[in-house]
Amino acid sequence: MSPDKASQPERAKTSHDAPALNGREMLRWTWRQLTSMRTALFLLMLLAIAAVPGSIVPQRGVDARAVERYLADHPDLGPWLDRLGFFSVFTSPWFSAIYLLLMVSLVGCIVPRTVVYAKALRARPPKAPRNFARMPASDEFETDATPDEVVAAARQVLRRSRIDVVDTSTEGSETRELRAETGYLRELGNLVFHVSIVVVLVGVAVGALFSYRGSAIVTQGDSFSNTLTQYDEFASGALFDADELPQFSLDLTRMIARFQTEGTQRGAPKLFRASGTYERDGRTRPFEIEVNHPLQVGDTGVFLVGQGYAPVLKITDARGNVVFDDAVPFLPNDGTYTSTGVVKVPDAQPEQLGFQGFFLPTAVSTGDEEASVSAFPGAANPLIGMFVFHGDLGLDDGVPQSVFVLDKSRLTQYEGRNGKPFRVSLSPGQEQALPGGGTIEFVDLKLFARFQIASTPLLRVPLVGTSIGVLGLLLSLFVRPRRTWVRTRRVGSRTVVEVAALDRVPRDDLPDELQELVDRIRRALPGHEEKTS
Amino acid sequence: MTLEQYAQLSNYAIASATVVVGIAFVAHLAEWGFAFRPERRTAAVSTEASEGATLVADRDDETPDRSTVLASVATSVTWLGAVILVVGIVTRGLAAQRVPWGNMYEFAATGTAIALVVFLVMTKVWDIEWLGVVVTGFSLVLLGIGFSVYVPAGPLVPALHSYWLVIHVAAVMIAGSLFLISAGASALYLVTERAERRGTVGPVLGRLPRSGAMDRLAFRFTAIGFPMWTFGALIAGPIWAYYAWSRYWGWDPKEVWALITWVVYAVYLHARVTAGWKGRRAAIICLVGFMTFLFSFYGVNLIFGGSLHTYAK
Ligand code: HEM
Repeated sequence: MSPDKASQPERAKTSHDAPALNGREMLRWTWRQLTSMRTALFLLMLLAIAAVPGSIVPQRGVDARAVERYLADHPDLGPWLDRLGFFSVFTSPWFSAIYLLLMVSLVGCIVPRTVVYAKALRARPPKAPRNFARMPASDEFETDATPDEVVAAARQVLRRSRIDVVDTSTEGSETRELRAETGYLRELGNLVFHVSIVVVLVGVAVGALFSYRGSAIVTQGDSFSNTLTQYDEFASGALFDADELPQFSLDLTRMIARFQTEGTQRGAPKLFRASGTYERDGRTRPFEIEVNHPLQVGDTGVFLVGQGYAPVLKITDARGNVVFDDAVPFLPNDGTYTSTGVVKVPDAQPEQLGFQGFFLPTAVSTGDEEASVSAFPGAANPLIGMFVFHGDLGLDDGVPQSVFVLDKSRLTQYEGRNGKPFRVSLSPGQEQALPGGGTIEFVDLKLFARFQIASTPLLRVPLVGTSIGVLGLLLSLFVRPRRTWVRTRRVGSRTVVEVAALDRVPRDDLPDELQELVDRIRRALPGHEEKTS
Repeated sequence: MTLEQYAQLSNYAIASATVVVGIAFVAHLAEWGFAFRPERRTAAVSTEASEGATLVADRDDETPDRSTVLASVATSVTWLGAVILVVGIVTRGLAAQRVPWGNMYEFAATGTAIALVVFLVMTKVWDIEWLGVVVTGFSLVLLGIGFSVYVPAGPLVPALHSYWLVIHVAAVMIAGSLFLISAGASALYLVTERAERRGTVGPVLGRLPRSGAMDRLAFRFTAIGFPMWTFGALIAGPIWAYYAWSRYWGWDPKEVWALITWVVYAVYLHARVTAGWKGRRAAIICLVGFMTFLFSFYGVNLIFGGSLHTYAK
């Protein structure tokens, strides 16, 4: 901002009958304020500060359940934070306002600078200052070479600069002036860096509008096809159309889960691998998905984000009909894969049946029959323990239910002979009679994979954008814009050579470099060979 | 050697390296202590010395005093400590059969080694030996933190099995080392600049470069560190996160803090070119930047247990 312009509003205020700032001036003033470096600094700092709460309180977009827990734990503070948008900081109005202002400021900064830069690109190096001694670095020497020879030598040494040579001779004195400027790439790099920030942010925002992601549990031997109904969870951007889900399907033939069996890290995960075949556009191909090695189908990635056990259970009802025969995924709760799960048997007669309980891959009794625990995540001694409920599962209400939650409001729990809740306790191959008649059998043990299926269109825009941005940044940080002048004056049979340099970004090694430059010019002069000995 | 022997050797080496770095730190402290001795004249502390010229140079023609001897001893000892530490880290990698940065203990050890090596190499390029006390002192703290979260050598959980992990962590740790140096220079800048303003540059500060040189040094190291951080935290990190967790960016606390660090350093770089923000304010921003770096490196793991980045514990 130039000082005279800045003082205008001041003057307007002091004079008595001066009209208040009119709309246009006001707008211009606001624009100048917004695009000033000071404002950019302020907005950047504000952005950093505004991001902090997003790392302290849980975020809905990241972990919605943690937000519920937080609200329950902080009944006073919670609702206030919620009203202020603290649980979705990065989409809150105030956070958006800051970064929108920053974007405006950024664009308002880039555009005029680009214009200035375009002009500077066509400009010629500026005239030499009169007094070289005033420059941050300067030197002088004499030589037998003619001014033209000196200028030619300097031109050769300063090869990579933009150079003008001007004949400034006046009567009686033959003089030449060489003007050189380098470092145009610095500002280019700076512009590229700032533009790429805009590109990255826009790319991310637009990509998010068209993206989708969801998760699905697939048991060994089952298949998954990419339609909405097959997802357990699904979320998508505002402009995403669910009919546009790319078509593909996959068969999970094999799921491997291996754990460390010895050493201090016993029980730590070692390898998870889901393999099988997938079909797309009528072609079937094999796949192998591991953590860190997703399957990429077009824009969509299929990631292995979890795994667990799915015991195959066979249930007959009191009338002797097989009413359930399927694998039931039990969700692991901890590193030993102590898992919980639910079985719903709506077809059981005379009443619907519900089971809720746990699965232990390596059950170890702690003495008391009640409290087995899992000692190891691998399936060395699998055990299922479940409570049994009968009544109405509530599936006909039309309200969608989670397959992992049993709605017990209209269910009654079976009791055992001792008056305690009846428990199913099964190892693979075992069968147990149910109190109301019928049986439950633990037929087989399978593994399931939890896949995250996510598409991020335009994914290359932010990636390539940031990479180009870093290259621009490197230019803007390390290219040194420098102006160099060489002035030669013929004095008798000798030539006096003056050299000066000016850095746009001050550096302390300029004098040394000037000295080196002078040496190189001298070495490039004709007749230099004889003098060095 | 068996894996256990490597693990054992690694433990001994990292412990000894800590002791050696401790000795280097004490030597640096003593170097400053001897500078207090009364026979040291203050003539050398001429404020006329041109900017950038260090006062150490003023004494070159005299017999080296104890401070100078101690300084070179300290640097040699730091080299020794760095070498032993590298041995400890390499054997740790051999024992675990993977890159030795899979948990906080290893981060601390490897981070320290990188900081020491980066510093020592940089002393060959620029005159920054005077930052030795900051670097060795900080290394001690980092190693101490490392011991507090010690885990025996072992394999990695699958999520950490990625060469992007290698690239991401290495870049971030190198950036951190550069930030450490710039923070050290900024801190000493604040002290020196104040003394210069008040005309109280004593024998200790007299051993250091003038504030202008410190300021430029802080900028230079931030300028190298910033692109490195951008690459490590905002390019390599998201790429790895994509493969491991199916998304580039998820506003995980560690990611939020990496961004905060980046923004603060961007503020610093802008501040340097804005009149009125140069010097002291810029130095303070640089220190704030380093604190946010430390927080994203270590604090997040301590405080936010829910972060995905809490590494197999
Ligand atoms: C999104 C946030 C921003 C980031 C991360 C950022 C980053 C940077 C960085 C790292 C530099 C250093 C380059 C150098 O030292 O030459 C820089 C320089 C610069 N930035 Fe930004 N910037 C941002 C926003 C802005 C805005 C909003 C403006 C305009 C008001 C702006 C104006 C400038 C200018 C003029 C320079 C050049 C300084 C010079 O060398 O003359 N920046 N920026």
